Amino acid sequence: MAIASNETAVSNSRFIQVLIYLTLLLFALFYLLPFGIMVLNSVKPLAEITGGNMMSLPVVFTLEPWAKAWSTAQIGVEANGLSPYFWNSIKMVVPAVTISTILGAVNGYVLTKWRFRGDTLIFGLMLFACFIPFQIVLIPMARILGLSGLAGSTPGLVLVHVVYGLGFTTLYFKNYYQVFPTELIRAAQIDGAGFFRIFWRILLPSSGPIIVVSIIWQFTNIWNDFLFGASFADFDSQPMTVALNNLVQSSTGVKEYNVHFAGAIIAALPTLLVYIVAGRYFVRGLMAGSVKG
Amino acid sequence: MSFLKIENATKSYGSVEVLHKIDIEVQEGEFLVLVGPSGCGKSTLLNMIAGLEGITSGNIHINGRLMNGVHPSKRNIAMVFQSYALYPNMTVGENITFGLEMHGVPKPERDAAMARVANMLQIDQLLDRKPGQLSGGQRQRVAMGRALVRDPDVFLFDEPLSNLDAKLRVDMRTEIKKLHQKLKTTTVYVTHDQIEALTLSTRIAVMHRGYVQQLGTPQEIYDSPANVFVATFMGSPAMNIIPAQVVMAGDHPSIEVKDSSGKPVSLRFSHPGLAKWKDREVLLGIRPEAITDVEGADRKAQNVQTFTNLVDITEPAGSDTFVTMTLCNQAVIARMRSDIVVAPEQHFEFAVNMDKAVVFDPQSEDRIQLD
Amino acid sequence: MAQPAMQEDLKTRLQHWIPKLVLSPSLALTLVFVYGFILFSLYLSFTDSRLLPSYNLVGFSNYEKLFQLRHWNIAITNLGIFAGLYISICTIIGLTLAIFLDQKIRGEGVLRPIFLYPMALSFIVTGTAWKWFLDPGIGLENTMHLWGWETFEFNWIKDRDYALYTVVLAAVWQTSGFVMAMFLAGLRGIDNEILKAAQIDGASNWNLYKRIIIPQLRPAFLSAFVILSHLAIKSYDLVIALTGGGPGRATELPATFMYSYTFTRKQMGIGASSAVIMLLTIVAIMVPYLYSELREKK
Repeated sequence: MAIASNETAVSNSRFIQVLIYLTLLLFALFYLLPFGIMVLNSVKPLAEITGGNMMSLPVVFTLEPWAKAWSTAQIGVEANGLSPYFWNSIKMVVPAVTISTILGAVNGYVLTKWRFRGDTLIFGLMLFACFIPFQIVLIPMARILGLSGLAGSTPGLVLVHVVYGLGFTTLYFKNYYQVFPTELIRAAQIDGAGFFRIFWRILLPSSGPIIVVSIIWQFTNIWNDFLFGASFADFDSQPMTVALNNLVQSSTGVKEYNVHFAGAIIAALPTLLVYIVAGRYFVRGLMAGSVKG
Repeated sequence: MSFLKIENATKSYGSVEVLHKIDIEVQEGEFLVLVGPSGCGKSTLLNMIAGLEGITSGNIHINGRLMNGVHPSKRNIAMVFQSYALYPNMTVGENITFGLEMHGVPKPERDAAMARVANMLQIDQLLDRKPGQLSGGQRQRVAMGRALVRDPDVFLFDEPLSNLDAKLRVDMRTEIKKLHQKLKTTTVYVTHDQIEALTLSTRIAVMHRGYVQQLGTPQEIYDSPANVFVATFMGSPAMNIIPAQVVMAGDHPSIEVKDSSGKPVSLRFSHPGLAKWKDREVLLGIRPEAITDVEGADRKAQNVQTFTNLVDITEPAGSDTFVTMTLCNQAVIARMRSDIVVAPEQHFEFAVNMDKAVVFDPQSEDRIQLD
Repeated sequence: MAQPAMQEDLKTRLQHWIPKLVLSPSLALTLVFVYGFILFSLYLSFTDSRLLPSYNLVGFSNYEKLFQLRHWNIAITNLGIFAGLYISICTIIGLTLAIFLDQKIRGEGVLRPIFLYPMALSFIVTGTAWKWFLDPGIGLENTMHLWGWETFEFNWIKDRDYALYTVVLAAVWQTSGFVMAMFLAGLRGIDNEILKAAQIDGASNWNLYKRIIIPQLRPAFLSAFVILSHLAIKSYDLVIALTGGGPGRATELPATFMYSYTFTRKQMGIGASSAVIMLLTIVAIMVPYLYSELREKK
């Protein structure tokens, strides 16, 4: 993962170095443990969990909890497992990520290369919108979705996520395009290219890295969202996170912990995979939104 | 009929006026250099000619057409930028032909034009590379290729050599000059380097604070600067400007300055017209190469004055030695051949070629016209 | 201003308007769905809305009622404790880990992803994982008992007085890696030559960090504070998954309060006013920060 590496000039005694390694390893354990335990216990039969030690290796190794979590677990009134909700999430995430990324790209392009009076204010307004507590828009959004017939539907959720993700994607692309020299645009203007051609032929082809950052960041945020899913989706369109919560919070009957764990891991897998494969871009996204410069 | 006509051009940003009523006429085939310190408005003026910035008032005509408000791509101009501005994702070939592509030129013609230009600039072997793989000098040539291929009415250069190292800069300067001699396209060239201005141009516009200080041939600018700014900006080392007084020697005017010990030195002035300034203070302008040792003085000069003065420092520079002395409490630089024996803190006899002397009004800093 | 000296041709005029046209949908969406909605919620907070929005204005009575509600006061007290602990612990852990990782450690490429991965998880997943880890019946307490430590007690999650700290624990687990990444980037931006000069001046490692390096991390501290406080105020998902707000109201936070009062208890006016208070708190922190950031970036 690429955080600029610059070897520090500080040097330590042997003793301190050992202490440092120890601390770091302890923390690594701290971070790995909860998730590791979930994985471990998701392949045990229920009896082993309730009767045994969460930290012990499975005596009987079974994938049954996984199958159950995916296709037969009781969630709300349905007993189809998490799979329908997995697809709900996909149906919601893909359009939302695509639209917010495209809008973010052209917005960033306009705000850096086609400056006009008041554009900083406009950007400030869009940026601030990222940071509001979403509780403040829940009520009106529920009303508008209801009035426009989008309540409880996937397109409604897509709209919500696009609107509230726009500020971040615009921020990423703006910071990225800022670095391209204005003379590039001028040369293209003299050559006869207009607004869209300059974007399509010159800026976009060089935008690979930031497009990946935007997609990853949006994907992670939207996939992991719970509040909007819980507020604006009904049973048909509930995303994965809401379904998982329903599964886990069910108070009737026997608590099938192993199924819960399997379900949680299924819910976490997409974003985890993205993180493992493209973690470098994930970090860039985090940094772009926070550290100065 | 001038080819490029800038008429009464003014540029304001809000209430701040940065260019004031610029009037320049450029004939076809001329190489006009806009030179001046940063902030003088030369790049702004260039952008206005290109159409990248609007003109607040006044007119710009190119080849007889009024260009106010016309989009840059429709002015039949081409521009080379300081940072080259090559499209990073395209190959050299694509970079060069992009403009033609945008104007709807069919592929076979584009390729022919590209080949011609690549040959002229000797970048044939680079056509498939991307800008990131090229050296500074190669990028510069590709940028020029992109401009050349359009066969425009006017070439515009915006400090194209500033990003190159010294040696490369000299080489490219020569290439630009050769290209201009061959193609004879009207060119407007912006630089802050006065040597580029003097060597490349047919005419120079010296700019300062949004005004054209002087418009003339390199010789005119060098020998008869319009004011103190032009005099000290052009030429390196700068022209010496020495506060002096006009005294009469009989009925012929003389310039009187004080040497390092305060003693007055009288230098006979060539033009009798200066008598009008009798007993008044003026600024004497004399270039370092006009102050030499006695034998080194220009033999064709008609009015050479000599005087003795204390040498402050000497700077041997290979082909010449620069000698600094004090006149009227001011550091004055003289230039002489390097084999002259001259030592600091010793007295030395200097010769001044007063044919080359100019005088300025101390108040307005304008040159006093005496013809 | 002087009369414009040119009639712009079509192409130039288009290039003037197209950028603004392209930007306008996003701007419109933002103005309506963010600022318009804020105003709407603000308006509602001054009405007597219950299940559905009503438009009868009742002045500040919702706010008065709000601050008299025991649940709300618990919620904001909890937020204060939670935010205070969350921000300070995350900062300390983040800074420590960053400094340690910066000490020419081998295996940084493995350790750093491990510290950061929790950020990729949903708060619901985090809440679920920790919920069982902390459950006395099957979690850590149970394990310790089975391993022989019979008297080990760790039932915070079920204890009214301690449940809030479990939320802190889970939240710190999730985001301290991110704080570490920020500090690490900041550390790596410090000019090594300054450190060498200080070493020649005789500074010990401790002093090096205390007097030179940490003060130079001020921007990172600021960013961390702003982002963490923002996350703290918004905390909803984690609480729902971990404790559901309980036991009782022990882990109630303004975010959970707002949701339950608006949608479950059908007190929309009060719910709206609680949301407004949340917004005001965030504005108080973010606006000065954003303003200074935007001014510099110009």
